[in-house]
Amino acid sequence: MAEPLAAPAPAAVRARSGQSAPGIGIGIATAYLSLIVLLPLAALVWQSQKAGARGFWDAISSPEAVSAIEVTLVASAIVALVNALTGTVIAWVLVRDRFRGKSLVNAVIDLPFALPTIVAGLTLLALYGSQSPVGVNVAFTRAAVVLALLFVTLPFVVRTVQPVLQELDLEMEEAAASLGAHRLEIFRRIVFPNLLPAILSGVALAFTRAIGEFGAIVLISGNLPYKTEVASVFVFSQLESDDISGAAAVSVLLLLISFGILLVIGTVRRYATRHDDA
Amino acid sequence: MLSRYGLRCFALGYLSLLLLAPLGMVFWRTFEHGFWPAWDSITTSDARHALYLTLLIAAIVVPANTVYGVLCALAIVRGRFPGKGIVNALVDLPLALSPVVVGLALLLLYGRTGWLGPWLTDHGIQVVFALPSLVLATIFVSLPFVVREVVPVLREIGTEQEQAAATLGASRFQTFRKVTLPAIRWGVAYGVVLTMARALGEFGAVSVVSGHIAGKTETMTQYVQAQYEGFNVAGAYAASVLLAILAVITLLAMTLVRRKEETV
Repeated sequence: MAEPLAAPAPAAVRARSGQSAPGIGIGIATAYLSLIVLLPLAALVWQSQKAGARGFWDAISSPEAVSAIEVTLVASAIVALVNALTGTVIAWVLVRDRFRGKSLVNAVIDLPFALPTIVAGLTLLALYGSQSPVGVNVAFTRAAVVLALLFVTLPFVVRTVQPVLQELDLEMEEAAASLGAHRLEIFRRIVFPNLLPAILSGVALAFTRAIGEFGAIVLISGNLPYKTEVASVFVFSQLESDDISGAAAVSVLLLLISFGILLVIGTVRRYATRHDDA
Repeated sequence: MLSRYGLRCFALGYLSLLLLAPLGMVFWRTFEHGFWPAWDSITTSDARHALYLTLLIAAIVVPANTVYGVLCALAIVRGRFPGKGIVNALVDLPLALSPVVVGLALLLLYGRTGWLGPWLTDHGIQVVFALPSLVLATIFVSLPFVVREVVPVLREIGTEQEQAAATLGASRFQTFRKVTLPAIRWGVAYGVVLTMARALGEFGAVSVVSGHIAGKTETMTQYVQAQYEGFNVAGAYAASVLLAILAVITLLAMTLVRRKEETV
């Protein structure tokens, strides 16, 4: 590890810190990632292919699987749309509004990230289940699935929109106002276009999270096939009834959806930050 | 003025109905009959073992993913190597993947009929339905947090100070310890807190690979489910409150670290 005493030329330093310095790091990073993430996923894909393309198709097109995937996609889409609205409003209130206890509210936003999902499901069940003290009982309905997903996805849009809103220059809005623009017009033509990439990336993250959610849903939805059973619960029940290839096929489908959305998010991010990367 | 109050009321009302009221309800139900019944239901031997197991898993996973996270972030930001884009995309995958799929993938690799299953059985190594698979599942799902927090900080600080240190004759390790690490420490801290929260709260992936053996492979989150499904609702609530208290401590830590991050 001994370095030459003579100061190297800047170009040489850059080359070293840019390439060989993290050389061991690159090796470890790649090896760890392969062992922990890639190898198990390869085993999963391999298992799903064992029954052939026909078996794969049969597994993901069985009525129960189709229903589970449909419930998952529809509920996730609803949740993503609701989050686009509520997340933007909450971010706006946190950045532009002033009231006592705002920092406390700001901290509470992260609660769904910190709280175990099974606890999230149980808390919702305590208030909105059959023992509800307020007389609202959504347990074992599709509304319960949406409610549980709204809980766990709450922070995504808020946390992506908040920093963008903070950076947004008030001068533009003031200029528009002085030129006689109406408040709604200012929002629609100045604030909203600036927030759109952040909202989209938050919505995509919320959607991905919703598609894969398991813990928050498992208690409150009742897991009724054809009604409230979502894809991840379906995979779990296939596994428990020893239908490994069925579970693997639907899992690979979920894997593909996740990967597709990640690619979309990456594209949106690159689009949003293209000035920085240049 | 009216619209401002309207939006504020909407935001606060939504948060209260969705997050705070349900959580308050669980606290109330837990302590409805006083403190000691709740205490008794989380000090049974199964509950204590579940808590011990959860803390043990976190104690293994958090250091492993922290060291890995820093190395991986350095490789992504500073390194130039073929397949960097793939590494970058793969690191995010655990965030997007259903935990049940993660559990199933591990089962198909290390389980009885999995790729490595026969070899592991021959050598008497039990991975699935034992601690190793719980640790592997938790490492998988909490992998991205430190990486994702450290990458933007590393991009932000650039390489000038590191180059200066190298020019002055510092070894690579010295440069890392005295220049890079202090600059990224709050990013690392925030990532560690997120990793910790996920490790303590993981349910789906662990659920698939653990086998649910009470007092053996049952973690705290699975204990909550088992108690609820075994009609011991009071026990489920009490264990939930314990996990919720850990979550609130996590939130406090997140808030403090974020404040530090902003002032640095």
